[in-house]
Amino acid sequence: MPNLKRMQPRIILNSTQLNLTVTRLCHQLIEQHRSFEDSCIIGVQPRGVFLADRIYAKLCSILGKQDIDYGKLDITFYRDDFRIKGKPMIADETDIPFSIENRNVILVDDVLYTGRTIRSALDAMLDYGRPADVELLVLVDRRLHRHLPIQAKYVGRVIDSVTSEKVKVDWKETDGKDAVWMIEDKD
Amino acid sequence: MSALSTKHLTGIKPLLPSDIDLIFQTADNFKEILQRPIKKVPSLRDITIANLFFEDSTRTRISFELAEKRLSADTINFSASGSSVKKGETLLDTVRNILAMKVDMVVMRHSSSGAPEFLSQHISANIINAGDGTHEHPTQGLLDGYSVREKFGTLKGLNYLIVGDIKHSRVAGSDIPLMQKMGAKVKVCGPPTLIPKHIEELGVTYEPDLKKALEWCDVANILRIQLERMDIKYIPSLREYALFYGVNRELLDSIKKEITIMHPGPINRGVELNSDVADSKQSLILQQVENGVAIRMAVMYLLAGRN
Repeated sequence: MPNLKRMQPRIILNSTQLNLTVTRLCHQLIEQHRSFEDSCIIGVQPRGVFLADRIYAKLCSILGKQDIDYGKLDITFYRDDFRIKGKPMIADETDIPFSIENRNVILVDDVLYTGRTIRSALDAMLDYGRPADVELLVLVDRRLHRHLPIQAKYVGRVIDSVTSEKVKVDWKETDGKDAVWMIEDKD
Repeated sequence: MSALSTKHLTGIKPLLPSDIDLIFQTADNFKEILQRPIKKVPSLRDITIANLFFEDSTRTRISFELAEKRLSADTINFSASGSSVKKGETLLDTVRNILAMKVDMVVMRHSSSGAPEFLSQHISANIINAGDGTHEHPTQGLLDGYSVREKFGTLKGLNYLIVGDIKHSRVAGSDIPLMQKMGAKVKVCGPPTLIPKHIEELGVTYEPDLKKALEWCDVANILRIQLERMDIKYIPSLREYALFYGVNRELLDSIKKEITIMHPGPINRGVELNSDVADSKQSLILQQVENGVAIRMAVMYLLAGRN
């Protein structure tokens, strides 16, 4: 009798598919934001920044310009599960070298799951000013598990999953290879 | 490591080098927050902190209060003057009564060495020592180390000199273990009456001559002459102290290298430190005060996160 409880990791997006998805997301952004004069990109630390790096580089090469505003936002001190997880979480760098006042902000993260990270990110971002408009871009949307009324405007791939599963996004820069995996959640 | 090894900050001595690194790293993040237009994060919004100052303080108290407010904690302040302490209540009773009102963390300054250690054995709230007698002042030690690290990049291999009243100084009590844990060498300098006996056993060297000591060091921390702690005469006069152990421009110019000057405040200008040094570019004094808030935020954040 095979052990049905153990789940084999399976690939959701391979390197080629991931690249295609990022390109498609960039074109959708351009459709909406044209030359990005009033828009800026903010990647959510730590994992959203890898996706934001890709999006930023791709946009620059498609539009043939280097002056798109791009920042990184750490949300550690804004989380609502600070003492629940038992350990304080170590923060990453926040670097937003421009004003977000009256800008159209594109918030970028890798996986949208409960929505709590994005809730924290909105709080953290609002401490920097009052944007005209905020949109959310994610690579993977696990649509069945939202705890809060938060939706992404640009979605790479929608996935229906159960809570015992976990979506893992690997990046060439840190994990050696680009891929999106569905694995068993050990926590 | 992503958590401190200790539940209380009673001193630097019980900390591991990895704890100190973690505090420094977290303080880097808070320092960035303090540069923002909105200098506040909601991390400790469900935490209540009692500041119990059984001994006078301006700088440390304001620094702790600001750090607590920047973390969105609720705070209550208590000072011994005008309280039941005057009616004869014991320390433990005072603190237990305050904790009965559901306080999560206690910041305490007390004139008796070991008071925070004693409390930590009896109560469950996190305790932060804001200076106990002549024992330790750990957040001062941490902010001194942090300010030096900020200037030099690391504490490893640096020569760190402490000048003045080592015997009564809780700043020296925290600076010495902190610098040693982080790989710096420590020397002390001052009149022999103000140097504790057997100081060499801490791995610290003693040099009575100020000029020679300054020539040895990269950083000199000049301590305040604490007249309030001297029940007997340790030095003939302040004037004589200033003559032999006062740091002035002339003395610094006679040394070939440029050394960094620190002072935990408040300065007795013209006694241990002259204005032409205290207000010069060589001085880290105001950076120390600025970094104090970030360091205290880091300590409170990390202790609260352990629960």
